[in-house]
Amino acid sequence: MDYASSDVRDAGPRGTDMPLPHSARGVKVVIVGGFGVGKTTMVGAVSEIPPLTTEETMTQAGVGIDHNPGAHGKNTTTVAMDFGRISINQELILYLFGTPGQERFWFLWNGIFEGALGAVVLVDTRRIEVCFEVITRLEDRRVPFVVAVNTFPEAPHHPVEDLRAALALSESVPIVTCDARDRASCRDALLSLMVYLRTLAAAQETV
Amino acid sequence: MTSENQDPWNENDPVPLYVITGGTGSAANTFNLVTLIATRSEPDAAMQPEQAAILTMCAYPLSVAEVSAYLSLPFSVVTTLLSQLVEDERVEAIAPVPVAAFPERGLLEAVIHGLRKL
Repeated sequence: MDYASSDVRDAGPRGTDMPLPHSARGVKVVIVGGFGVGKTTMVGAVSEIPPLTTEETMTQAGVGIDHNPGAHGKNTTTVAMDFGRISINQELILYLFGTPGQERFWFLWNGIFEGALGAVVLVDTRRIEVCFEVITRLEDRRVPFVVAVNTFPEAPHHPVEDLRAALALSESVPIVTCDARDRASCRDALLSLMVYLRTLAAAQETV
Repeated sequence: MTSENQDPWNENDPVPLYVITGGTGSAANTFNLVTLIATRSEPDAAMQPEQAAILTMCAYPLSVAEVSAYLSLPFSVVTTLLSQLVEDERVEAIAPVPVAAFPERGLLEAVIHGLRKL
């Protein structure tokens, strides 16, 4: 992260002059996927602001996990997340966080999933193996998720049921295709997550 | 000045972060990435630049994640700055919508409605 060289007092958003009532609250969705799968593209496609980056430095996160003989004494690691926002209405702001799925560290950043509505697992069919650990972690944490296949033109096309089998997903987990560059397509992927969550909530009520 | 044996001076990271937070390292767990921060008082000249910047930018409520991004400071540094401001009642921290095991249907309906308008 670059440290601001200009006057820090001038930091802040530009052009967000729409007054929000102070009763507004935040809610979030996490977009998980491997490097280069299009998380930031997806965030940028639906966000009302250009994607921003927040980061956290974690101490000793890699102890016992990350053996890096080339970096003696280095026991901190930085995890960066790109995110965007969608003002749902005057009272509700939806934040979308894109997190790198192949890094073990981000699971250790407490609070990423705390209070999240759910997650979108973004899949590149050329590197499907990246998703296995992500999906296992989400299931362990009981974070509801949908799988969105980013349709890269040169990527192999698999029937949904083959993907479901390959990822060992239960029948109930929605799998959708999307184009991470396309606003409507990404919105539809988010909608599929919301509709899935509504189904889960309804099922919970009838238990 | 520098020789190869010395650590390279990092132009982008000259100030230890504990200087910015005033030495307190007790980042409160009460802040979530999407806790909204709303300014409750005007910045004054005696304030630390980072804190004054928070008061200025949060006249329009922003999430802690946004404050972190705009200040180019790590999340935990920002939460430390914010806990001081909350303590001094200069900003209000608005907790995220609580989400239990499953979110409330009313909340989901609102999000679905909002997304469809995009």
